[in-house]
Amino acid sequence: MTEASSTPRERPVSPHLVTGGLGSPPLWRWHITMWTSILHRATGVALYVGALIAAVWAIALAEGPDAYALFKSLLGSIPGKVVMFGLTVCVFYHLANGVRHLVWDTGHGLDVKSANASAIVVFAFAAAATLAIWGIAGMTGAL
Amino acid sequence: MVSYRTPLGRARGLGSAKHGAGHWVSERISSIALVPLVIWAVYGVLRLAAGDYGFAVHWVQQPLNATLLVLTLAISFWHMQSGMRVVVEDYIHKALTKSALLLLNLFVCGLAGALAIFSILKVALGGA
Repeated sequence: MTEASSTPRERPVSPHLVTGGLGSPPLWRWHITMWTSILHRATGVALYVGALIAAVWAIALAEGPDAYALFKSLLGSIPGKVVMFGLTVCVFYHLANGVRHLVWDTGHGLDVKSANASAIVVFAFAAAATLAIWGIAGMTGAL
Repeated sequence: MVSYRTPLGRARGLGSAKHGAGHWVSERISSIALVPLVIWAVYGVLRLAAGDYGFAVHWVQQPLNATLLVLTLAISFWHMQSGMRVVVEDYIHKALTKSALLLLNLFVCGLAGALAIFSILKVALGGA
C-alpha cells in the first residue's frame, strides 16, 4: 500500500470579498472595475433621492412663490449645496458609466484592458464635468 | 400511476414566460433616452438656480421646456423604479420583506412621479 500524502492538497476556494479567514489576506484584490460597478449602483440609489428632490421642486413651484422661495433657500444653504454637489458627481458618474454599460451591451470593450481604461475615463469625466458645471454655476450667479 | 402526459406537455408552463428580457430591455431603452434628457436637465437646473420664482414659472411655461421636463421626470421615475427593483431583488431574500419593499418602491416612484408631472402641467398650463 502506498502512503498517502500527509498534508492534504490545498482545495480551491471561492474568492470572497473580505478575507480568506481570520488574519489572512483578502482573496480578491480590489480592481478599479469593481469600484465602477459598486459606485454605479450607489450613485443610482443617491439619484433616487435626487429625483425625489426634483419632484419636491416641481410641487413647490406649483404651490406658489412662498413655497418656491423656501425650497430655494433650503437648497441654497450650505447643507443644500453639499447635497447638490454630491448629486452633480452622481449624475455625471452614473451618466458616463451608464454609457459605458451601453457600449458593453453591444459587445465592445469587454476585455480587461479596455474595461480598466474606460473606468478611468468615467472617473475623469465625472470629476471634470462636476467642476465645469460648478464653475459655470459660480460665473452665472447660480450659487 | 402512469401519466399519459407527453414530456412536452409536462414541461410547458414551467420555463421561460418569453418576456424574461423585457425588464433588461426597458432599463436600456430608458437609459438611452435619459442620456440627452439628463444633460438638458443639468442645463435647466443651472438656469433655474440663477433665477427666481417668476423666471421658473416663465421657463416651465415654454412648450419645449414643459415637454422635456415631463419626459425627463416620467422616464427618470420609470428608470429608477427599475433600478431599485433590481437592488431589492439582489439583497432582500425574505419573501414578505422583498414583496413589501418592491411594492413600496413602485408606489413611491408612481406617486412622486405623478405629483411632479401634474405640478409641471399645472404651471405650464397657467394655473400657477
